[in-house]
Order: sequence, then structure tokens, then C-alpha cells
Amino acid sequence: MNDSQGRPVVVVTGMGLVTSLGRGKADTWAGLTAGTSGIRRITRFPIDGLRTTIAGTVDFVPAEPFCAAQLSENFARLAAEEAISEANIGGKASFPGPLFMAVPPVEMEWDQRAALAKASNANGAISYADLLRAADTGAFKPWHDLFLFGTVADRLADAFGTIGSPISLSTACSSGATAIQQGVEAIRRGEADAALCIGTDGSVQAEALIRFSLLSALSTQNDPPQGASKPFSKNRDGFVMGEGAAALVLESYASAKARGARIIGRISGTGEKGDGFHRTRSSPDGMPAIMAMRGGIADAGLTPDDIDYINAHGTSTPENDKMEAMSCIAVIGERMKTVPISSNKSMIGHTLTAAGAIEAVVTLLTLQHQRIPPTINYNAPDPAIPLDVVPNVARDAKMAHAMSNSFGFGGQNTVLVLSGEPG
Amino acid sequence: MSARAASTRDVVITGVGLVSSLGEGLEAHREALADPARVTIDAAAYAPFSVHPAAPLEWDRQIPKRLDQKQMEPWQRLGVYSAGLALDMAGLKGDKEKLSGTQIIVGCGGGERDYEVDGQILTELPGAENPGALLNEKLMGGLRPTLFLAQLSNLLAGNISIVHGVTGASRTFMGEEQCGVDALRIAHARIAAGQGDRFLVGGSYNAERADSLLIFAMGGFLRKGPFAPVWNRADAPGFILGSGGAFFVLEARETAEARGATILAELASVVSHRSKRAPGAVKASLASAFEAARPHMSGAVAVISGASGAAGVTDEERDVLAEALPGAPVRAAGSRLGHVLEATFPVSLALAVLSLREGALFAPAAQSPGEKPMAGAPDVIAVTSVGHMRGEGLAVVRKA
Repeated sequence: MNDSQGRPVVVVTGMGLVTSLGRGKADTWAGLTAGTSGIRRITRFPIDGLRTTIAGTVDFVPAEPFCAAQLSENFARLAAEEAISEANIGGKASFPGPLFMAVPPVEMEWDQRAALAKASNANGAISYADLLRAADTGAFKPWHDLFLFGTVADRLADAFGTIGSPISLSTACSSGATAIQQGVEAIRRGEADAALCIGTDGSVQAEALIRFSLLSALSTQNDPPQGASKPFSKNRDGFVMGEGAAALVLESYASAKARGARIIGRISGTGEKGDGFHRTRSSPDGMPAIMAMRGGIADAGLTPDDIDYINAHGTSTPENDKMEAMSCIAVIGERMKTVPISSNKSMIGHTLTAAGAIEAVVTLLTLQHQRIPPTINYNAPDPAIPLDVVPNVARDAKMAHAMSNSFGFGGQNTVLVLSGEPG
Repeated sequence: MSARAASTRDVVITGVGLVSSLGEGLEAHREALADPARVTIDAAAYAPFSVHPAAPLEWDRQIPKRLDQKQMEPWQRLGVYSAGLALDMAGLKGDKEKLSGTQIIVGCGGGERDYEVDGQILTELPGAENPGALLNEKLMGGLRPTLFLAQLSNLLAGNISIVHGVTGASRTFMGEEQCGVDALRIAHARIAAGQGDRFLVGGSYNAERADSLLIFAMGGFLRKGPFAPVWNRADAPGFILGSGGAFFVLEARETAEARGATILAELASVVSHRSKRAPGAVKASLASAFEAARPHMSGAVAVISGASGAAGVTDEERDVLAEALPGAPVRAAGSRLGHVLEATFPVSLALAVLSLREGALFAPAAQSPGEKPMAGAPDVIAVTSVGHMRGEGLAVVRKA
């Protein structure tokens, strides 16, 4: 079965999730539809002297050594296991398609630097020359591979037996959506019948939090932690970092049907547009976001009137939410006043590299259950955002097509149009 | 338009930007490579390891705003600079309309650290009463807010969008050598299949960074001792990192012709493989890549190798080249300008385009008896990449 442009229809046959609300889709979905927040006080490192002391950490997955690279890998494994098991595809450790993986840029962390500094036996001030000397002893060999950018995806490729060169990618906060987009494109051009697309992020550690904090991007309303992320509210003051992973098994409709797979939904369109305005700020006129949304809708062969729900990027920063609301109004028109739009980030925070993938899975669950997770902490409406943000309480609705927005630092805007099972 | 019908589109190269330790632009590289013994080496700064430092560049020429320069670290500046050279050569610089529809795919890493802040923290941590609190205090007070933006991988693409106005969309691939291969493979596949008409593709790497050397030093992958060509490092195998960057404007042939662009070469094929590394795996992987690319290789064939000098895999590559293309002249880019990590494959491909354009392969490197002179002009150049840990790649470029 081909779409209106003659390309193979791309369907989803398996999904997996890990978020601060729990391991697996069921726990996260239950939490999201109950309006539960996964944001909490950070306990994994000291918070002395920090302006922001909260995050949507995933604290129930161990990692050894405990660092972003290992944690991101472990989240991704859990999500991929769930997705592949649901899709019931391939043999043991032999997934019949490529791997596209959104991973946070990894680097050595302070535990490792401190260990190298100690091993250098330097007297007095430590410099990188001392660290290099310690590194050269060979005593730290496993850390070379652990902190390569390509390692997480390579290990996942080994674990699940994906085909070919796995792609590790980053488009900042739209990375997870870009991973899915890569999979859609590979299937559409006939290169693969199936693809494993993953977004993962386990990078809540002191330095990462401080970097965002120094850019004034994070909410500082630390008390109570559960109230900090309040997308579209008048008193929103920044995002809250979150962690987690999502995995999706994409297949061509023909391939899924041929093997009798259960189809969860479709990735019916993707849109994207770069923004050259600023390193951290979106074009104030929202044009790149608008063009990404229009592109996604057109790619799906739909019109704006067909969009029944929007899963917002909705970071809870003053700028994003205003720009996103304006852009949605520009794309959907007058009808946008009644089209529900909600932000999962109000509950699980901004899961950064993973966000686009996690929110795509949640959007597909939204279509599957015909139930919309709310935007929580919505107690002070922003008059500049006259939208139905599904305030505080989940709601049933009849939906055929939904849009999931992801807008990244550095200017990449990615939009996925997701639909129910093809009729 | 079905994917099958569209997959016949030719992919051509209309712009190349190249910077390395040998200089800036194709002409400077042609001159430098004519001298078999010319290399630029800094053996002192990171002893016992050497690096090939970037040639001095006048950043203003491609990054006119000082504010933009300040918000980037050298790895990003090298990339933005070489991307600008590629756009100049393609005749696209400043063409707002075309650039707003041009897609970017970058293969790169990230970094870099603030060495002073890191040194202070590491010096004070052991004596601290509350190390975590000290770390927070020093980072909150010491880090430049904009350093984060100079560290994020996708901000090379972001800076290209900001500085050069290339705003179609951007994707950043990571993963050492192989991300450069995958960036070119995906761009090629998308153009061939009609999933885009014009791409700016490439990568850059700054070798003059203790924090990056540190990773490879931990793994034992850096050559120690005096410079030697990559084929000739049995005494102390390993790579010598080099700074550099290379970008390409890739277009569908019909797109390039419609705007009257000069076609420099045809990118006929890009193969990206992943083998499970074990002795012999690289050889088998590259051999099958050559089999896949064979239909594109007719006429006088030369090879530009991305061999790094890493133990084992470099010998396997030499063997497979001798078997797959017996008698074909081979040049190792790494012997001339170092191992450019994520940018290795793009840099080697740039040297291939240079050779096709000049109608002559550049001179064999000194102390490389396996590199034979080539009589006559190459019709086809095969460009290889073998990652030090993972990934094998092969591109085939043909005369325009």
C-alpha cells in the first residue's frame, strides 16, 4: 500500500518507553493520563549552590559506571526490548532493518577526570598534560570506548542485531523526531522494510544542568518540584530537564501486513525546517516552525483541517510556548482555538535528545486510546496563548490525525504527523 | 514519484571546501601534495603525541562577524569556514533563496573543554570538604555561558545556518570516523531517491585539543614517536590526529544543470558498512564494499585511503586494496595531513575531487614504497574509510 505520493506507507508495530513516570508504556501512560508529575528533587549529585535543583530523573535504572553514556545506553536497551517484543519482529538479536538513534553528545565526566588526575600523581596544579600522562598508562582503556560518540548505538546494534551502519544523530531537542524521520525516509526509498528508531537521554548530571542553567533556560521554581514545568502558563519560567528513552519499530505497511503484525498507527508525514536566527532562540515570527508544520501536513497528504490534536513541543520557556502557539494558529487558523494541544513536558520534563521519540510514542498512544494527556500545572492562563491546552485533566476525544512538534537549539525544527491505523 | 523510479537520479558535486594542516582550498592542497615529504607537524604541544595543526586561517573571510567567531570553538570554526569555501565554489554564497532550501548533513563530534576551569577544579577537588559543592560552585562561577553552544555537536550545523544562511534543515551525525561516511551516504541516497535536491555535507575536527587526545590516549590508539606515513608505522602503530574540515555541495544532476552550475565530479556511490570487529573483519567488509561499488568503477581507477595507521586494520586495508584493485595507485590522506577523525572521509573525498579535476593523482608520500606513481589521468577514484574502532566506508567519484 502506497501513500498519496506513491511511496510505501510507514506504520508503527512496536513501541517502548522509559520515563520518570516508569518503565514501560503502561506505567508512563497511566501517569500521564492521571496528570502525575515525574519531576522531583535531584538526589544523584549534590545540589548545593545550584539555582535549579529539580529534574525528571529516571532513578530506577542502574548504570555502572554511573554516567550519561551508560545511562543513555541502558534506557535505550529497555525501550528497544519493549518495542521489539511488541512488534514480535525478527529472530533473537536479529532485527531486520537499520538502527537510527538519537543520543546525547557524550563526554568524559568528572569522576573519570578526577581518577585520571589522581593516577597522574602530579604535585601541585593539575593540567591536561597530567591527565594525558595518566591516560597513556593503559590503565583506563575501557573509558576510551565508553566515551566515543558512536558507542551507544554500536552496542545497541550488537544487542538487537540491526542491519548495517547504525546512525547516531543529534538535532538537539528535535533529535528523537529526526531519528524517526530517518527511518521513515529509509522505508520510503525502498532501502529497508523495517527500521528501529530510538531516542534516549540520561544526561541529568551536575555539569549538564549547570550549562543549561547558565543559559537561563531552566525553571528555578524548585518548590514544589512537581509544579515547576508549566507550559503555556503565564508564570512559566523555563524548562525542567528530564530523562528517558523511546523506541519505535517502523515497517512498511506491506511488510507488516505480510507477516500479520498488529499495526499501532502510521507515521504519515514529516516536516522540517532550519532556523538561522540565533543559537538558542527561535525566529520570533515563528516562520521555521510554521514551515515545518506545513511541510509535515503536506507530506502526509493532509490539510490543516485534518489535524485533530497537537502534541506540543511545549517546553515551558517563555519564548518557545508563545512562538509555538502563534505558529499553530498561523498554520491551523481560526479553528486552532478549539484544537486540543497539550504538553507531555508538564509531567516528564524536557527529555532533550529523547523528547521527539518519547512524545511521538505518547502521541500514538493518544490516538490508540482516543484520550489526550493533559497539560498540568495550568493555573494561570497566559492571555497571549488563547488555546485549549487540555488543562490539568485528561480528556477523551475522537482523533484521526495528530501532529507532534519538536524544535531544537541550533535551529532544527521537526514535525511528525501521526495517524491511526490505516483503514 | 515512486522511490524506485527516483533512485536513478545522478548525484553530482558542485562545490568543495577543504582546510587542513596543508592549507586552505583545493589549490593550496594541490601545491602542498606535489611535495612528497611535506607535512606540518607539532610534536611538542602534546608530547609524546604529535598532531597536524590547522594552517592559519583568516576567519573573517568566511565568518565575517566577530561575535559569531567568538561563539564557536575551533572545531566549529573549521567546519563553518570550509562550508563557506564549498558554497563559494558552488556559486551559491549569498543566494538566499537557494540556500533557504538547501539541507545540511554534518558528521562531527563535539567538545571542547575550558582547560583552565577544569584544571582548577581537578587541583582543588582532592582537598575539598564537600567535593560536589565545590564542583557546582566552580562550574557555576567559571564556565562561560556560551561555552555550551561551542560544545554541542549540532551547533556546527547551527552555526552554518546562522553564518551562511543555509536553512533548509539540518541533521548532525555523530560517531567518529563512520559518521562522515554515513553523512555522505544518506545525502547521496536522499538525492538519488528524490528526497532532496541540494545538500551541504561534510565535517570538521580540531586535533589541537588535549581533551580529545585524552580519549584516544586512553585507548592506546595514538602513535608515539616521530612522524611516519600511515603504512609505515609498525614500530609504533597508531594515528596522528590532524585538524581540518571538508564540505561539499551535492546536487541532483538536473538541479545543478538547471542553474548552470559547474559540475566538478559525480558521486557515483557511497557504501557504509559495519563489521563486528575481529581479525579479518575489516578485510571482508571492505572487500564486499568494493563488490557493491564495482559497477561504478570503469576506466583508470585510483584509491585515496582514509587509513589511520591503527594497528591491524591498516594492514587489512592494504591487503584488500591490493586484492580488490590490483595495480591501482593508492594514496593515504592520513600520511599527508593526519587522521581527521569525523572529517576523515570528507577530507579524503575532497582530495579525490581535486585529483579528478586536475586530471592527475597527487604524488606518492615519502617513505611509502607501496604508493606508486600514476601515469595519466584517473577516471574514477575510490575513497575508503576504516574507523579505528568501527565502521567501514567506500565512496566512488567519477569525472564529471
